[in-house]
Amino acid sequence: MNFKKLAAAALAATIAAGPAMAELVFPSLSYRTGPYAAGGIPFADGYEDYMTLLNERDGGIGGVKISVPECETAYNTEKGVECYESTKGLGSLVYQPLSTGITYQLIPKVSADEIPLHTMGYGRTSAANGEVFEWVFNYPANYWDGASVAITHLLDINDGDISGKKIALVFHNSAYGKEPIRTLEKLSEKHGYELTTLAVDHPGQEQKSQWLQIRRERPDYVIMWGWGVMNQVAVQEAANIRFPMENFIGNWWAGSENDVIPAGEAAHGYKALAMHGTGMDYPIYEDIQQYVVDAGLAAGAGDQVGTVLYSRGLYAAMLAAEAARTAQEIHGTAEITPAMMRDGMENLKITEERMAELGLPDFGPAFEVSCVNHGGPGEAMVQQWDAEAQEWNLITDFIKSDDDVIEPLIEADSTAYAEENALDLRCQ
Amino acid sequence: MFYREAGDFKTSYQDDAQTFPIKFDRYRYYAVIAVGLLVIPFAINDYWANAVLVPFLIWAIAAIGLNILTGYCGQVSLGTGGFMAVGAYACYKLMTAFPELNIVFVVILAGFVTAGVGVLFGLPSLRIKGFYLAVATLAAQFFLVWLFNRVPWFYNYSASGQISAPERTVFGVPVTGPETSAWAQYMICLLFVVVLAWAARNLTRGTIGRSWMAIRDMDIAAEIIGVNPLRAKLSAFAVSSFFVGIAGALFFAVYLGAVEVGEAFGIQKSFLALFMIIIGGLGSIFGSFAGAAFMVLLPVLLKNVLVGGLGWPTDLAAHLELLIVGGLIVFFLIAEPHGLAALWRTVKEKLRLWPFPH
Repeated sequence: MNFKKLAAAALAATIAAGPAMAELVFPSLSYRTGPYAAGGIPFADGYEDYMTLLNERDGGIGGVKISVPECETAYNTEKGVECYESTKGLGSLVYQPLSTGITYQLIPKVSADEIPLHTMGYGRTSAANGEVFEWVFNYPANYWDGASVAITHLLDINDGDISGKKIALVFHNSAYGKEPIRTLEKLSEKHGYELTTLAVDHPGQEQKSQWLQIRRERPDYVIMWGWGVMNQVAVQEAANIRFPMENFIGNWWAGSENDVIPAGEAAHGYKALAMHGTGMDYPIYEDIQQYVVDAGLAAGAGDQVGTVLYSRGLYAAMLAAEAARTAQEIHGTAEITPAMMRDGMENLKITEERMAELGLPDFGPAFEVSCVNHGGPGEAMVQQWDAEAQEWNLITDFIKSDDDVIEPLIEADSTAYAEENALDLRCQ
Repeated sequence: MFYREAGDFKTSYQDDAQTFPIKFDRYRYYAVIAVGLLVIPFAINDYWANAVLVPFLIWAIAAIGLNILTGYCGQVSLGTGGFMAVGAYACYKLMTAFPELNIVFVVILAGFVTAGVGVLFGLPSLRIKGFYLAVATLAAQFFLVWLFNRVPWFYNYSASGQISAPERTVFGVPVTGPETSAWAQYMICLLFVVVLAWAARNLTRGTIGRSWMAIRDMDIAAEIIGVNPLRAKLSAFAVSSFFVGIAGALFFAVYLGAVEVGEAFGIQKSFLALFMIIIGGLGSIFGSFAGAAFMVLLPVLLKNVLVGGLGWPTDLAAHLELLIVGGLIVFFLIAEPHGLAALWRTVKEKLRLWPFPH
C-alpha cells in the first residue's frame, strides 16, 4: 500500500543518507477515536511528547533520532493487527498497544517476529514470568498486583481485618476486566471477604442494572476494572445511588481526570490506584514546556499535558527510552535492533537517582528487570480525587502486592501457556 | 466486440446452462482463479495477507452465507456475528480436544456445528417473518455472545476468557499459530472460498436454490405449488450457518489467532455482514464478493491514502474514514439500490453492445 511504499522509500532514503541518519522507531498504536479515546489520547500525547523532548533536547537517544509513527487502532483488535503489520517492517523496537485485547493478538506474533512487547500495567499478567515469555514485558506492575494492592489498602484502613466484608468487582466484560477475578477470589479465601462480580459490557454506557444490584446488596466496597467511557458512567451511577465514594476504588485505568470530572462534586473522595506520580510538579515539565509545547511540537491538541494518563504515556516512553539506552550500552552501538532492545529491557535498572536525573524524582518505583522477572516490583499507590481542587492526591506510599498469592497464579498460568505452545523454559 | 454471445455456439444443454455463458467471462474467471492461485501466493507479504486479503476472503465466505439466507431465501438475519462465534468456538474446542485432527476437517466440522445451531435458531422463521424474524435472530446474536462469555467451558477456563489458536499444519505447513507464513494463511482461505463459492453457486441454481427463491418471492404461492416451507427455510438456515460458521472458524484460527467473543463477534459484525450483502447485491454470489471487498478494503485504502499518503493526523483520518465510507454507502444505495452486482449487470449489458450501441 501507499503507506508501505512511503515507509520503504523513507527507510531507503535514510539508509542512503548514511548511518548517522538512522532512526530508533517507537511505533505508537494509539486510539484517538471511539469509546476509549478519552484514555487513548492523553497516553499517546504523553508518549509522543517525551520522545519529541528527547529529540529536541538531547538529539535522540545516544545521538540517534527517534521516530514515532502513529497508527490508529480505535481499541479494535483487527485494526491493531493491521497497525502491527504495517509498522513492523519499519524496524520497530518495541510495541505498546495500550489494549489488553490487542496484546493477546500480538503476544504470539511478536514472539515469532522477535520484537519486544511492553504492556505496562495491562496485557497478559503471566507475561511477568520471563522464563516463558521471552519477548513480552509488563513491568512495573500488572493487574494481579493491582487487585492485591487494592485489597491490601482495604486491610490497612480496616486494621488488617476484612473478613465478612462484602466487596463487589465491577468489571469491563472483556479479557481486560476478567483478569483480576482469579486473584480476588484467591485473596477472598485468604482474608475471608465475600466477592461479588458484576460484568459491564462494551462500551459500558449502560450500567443501571449493575448499580441497582449494588444498591440492593450494599457491598462495603466496590472495586472497578473499567476503561474509557465506562468509568465516567460508573462514577456517575455510584453518585446516583449515593454510594460512599471513599469506598469505591478504581484500578489505575479507572483513575484519570476524565473519569471523575463529569460527575462533578459528587465524585469527591473517589479512590483509584496509581502506579506512578502525577501532576505538573516535576522538573521535566519545564523542559517539556520549553522544547515541546512552546516550540509548537506538542502531540495532538496539546491540552493533555500533566493529566494522569499523559503522565502514564510519559512514563511508558521514559521506560522505553531507558531500555533503549541500556541496550546501546550493552551492545556498544547506537543503532539497536529489536533483539538488542529486548536485552536492554531485560537488563533495565531504574534507580531513584536516574529518575531524578531525568526530571522525574520519585515518579515511579525503583526496580530492576531480570531474565526471570519481566514484571517488576508490582507496587502501586492509592490516590484520591479532590473535586474542589480538581486534583488527585496520593494518600499512600507504594504498597507491595501479596506475592504469596500472585506468584503461584503467575506460575500456573504461564506454565499452562508454555505447555500449550510447547515452549522450553528460559533462564535455566 | 469481445463481450458477446455471438459465435460462441452451445451444442448441449449443459453448455447452455453454465455459470459463465459468455466466453470472455469464462476466460476472465479462469484468469482470476489463476492469478489467485498462482501469482498472489508468491507475491504476498504479511501486511497484504493480514490487513487485506485474508479478511476479504473470510468476509466473502460470511457474505455468501448470509446472502443464501437473506438474498436467496428472504429471511432477514442479524445473527451473523453470533453464528461466526459458534464457528470460532467450535473450532477452538475441536482443536484443543482433538489435537491430531487436521485443521481442514476441524473447520468443516465447526461449520456443521454452526449449521446445527443455525437450524435451531431458524425454527422461529416458520412462524414469523420480516422484522419479527430479524428480532429473533438478534436475540440469537446476543444470546450466543453472552453464552460464550458466561460459560467457562467454552474458553477452556482461561483466566482472561480469550481463546487462542494453537499451531496446526496442513501437509506440514503451519496454517494457524504465530509461525504461519503469509502465503499459507492466504492459500487455506482461498481454497475454502473457491470451493464454497462454487458450491453456493451450484446450490442456488439447483432444486434447493429454486425452492429458496420461491419462498423468498412469495411463501404462500410457493407452498401451494408444492415447496415445503419447513424444508426450504431450515435448509437455508443450515447452509447459510454452515458458511458463516466456516467464516467464523477461519476468522479466529487463521486471521486473528486470539479472539474475545464480545469484541470479535459483536453485533457490529452482524451489521457489517448485512451491509456487505446489501451493498454488494442481494441474491448474487458476485455481489457477496463485491460487498466484502467494499467494506473490508475501502477503510484500509482510505487509511493508507489519508495517513500514509497525505500525512494527516491519525484521528482526523479515522473520523473522515467513517464519514467517507458512510457517505459512499448512502451514495451507492441511491445510485444503485440493488447493489454493486446490479451495477455490474448494467455494465455487462453495455459491454455487449460496445462499441456500437443502438
